[in-house]
Amino acid sequence: MVAHSVFFYIFSLIAIVSAVMVTVSKNTVHSVFFLILDFISISCLFIMIGAEFLGMIMLIVYVGAVAVLFLFVVMMLNVAEQKGQWFSSRWDGGTHIPVGLLVSLIIFFELIVVIGGWKYKPDLLNSLSINISTEVTNTRTIGNVLYTDYILIFQISGMILLVAMIGAIVLTYRERAGVKRQSYVKQISRERDEGVDLVEAERNKGVKIDA
Amino acid sequence: MLSIGLGHYLTLAAIIFTIGVVGIFLNRKNVIVILMSIELILLAVNINLVAFSIFINDLSGQIFTLFILTVAAAEAAIGLAIIVVYFRNSDTIRVEEIKNLKG
Repeated sequence: MVAHSVFFYIFSLIAIVSAVMVTVSKNTVHSVFFLILDFISISCLFIMIGAEFLGMIMLIVYVGAVAVLFLFVVMMLNVAEQKGQWFSSRWDGGTHIPVGLLVSLIIFFELIVVIGGWKYKPDLLNSLSINISTEVTNTRTIGNVLYTDYILIFQISGMILLVAMIGAIVLTYRERAGVKRQSYVKQISRERDEGVDLVEAERNKGVKIDA
Repeated sequence: MLSIGLGHYLTLAAIIFTIGVVGIFLNRKNVIVILMSIELILLAVNINLVAFSIFINDLSGQIFTLFILTVAAAEAAIGLAIIVVYFRNSDTIRVEEIKNLKG
């Protein structure tokens, strides 16, 4: 129990510090690295609390895919010129900083008030649908439910991913002038008459090819 | 203090959520950091769902977290594609120089 709480505090401290560093880091590449650290520590928390499938999925999806995508885009775009700039605006001299901090402080205060004061509905524990059993693993429990009760939502999420993929390709696609590319229609519809030209070659003169 | 309950996880999620909101409010650097702040906010929501799911012994929260993860990945892909297109058209992604959308 003591080890559990010690590790909880360590991981949450790393998570909070790296989340702060994501927002205040002057270099955007460093922000992405701190985002990766944040995801890793939160997934450690998930594994510790007993949701190991989600922890691992989080590592694969966030660290392996999303963060690397961020890194690609950051390095592709020219953000090196703004490396040294922080929150301060170029024009209004940073009057948004106290206002933003005030609003976020109010949001945080409200969240803490809610956390301190909520309680379960009296009949909640009777109305729960899917109990977590202790005999089988977390992954197996999720699989049992995901492919039976939630199969429609599961397939809809697959459609969402497909739409996102198509959307990203369509958005970033551009037609460039002067690029030579294959034309299947032209290749297939080629006939023998236009492909081959029979020329009567005269003696000692050869054939002159006009390209 | 030593036994970790639901409140600890909810507080952690609240702190990370607030940091994400601060990142959106204060950022004048580039739009990519704003997208990262949105990822932080979604992460805080996931922490809440998983913590509730474990502590009241109901699996639905973890299933929801799975779908939120899917949507977050799709959102990041689309958002980054939009940023790339915008950068190609206007050569900047500084937040304060994006002034074409005056709604």
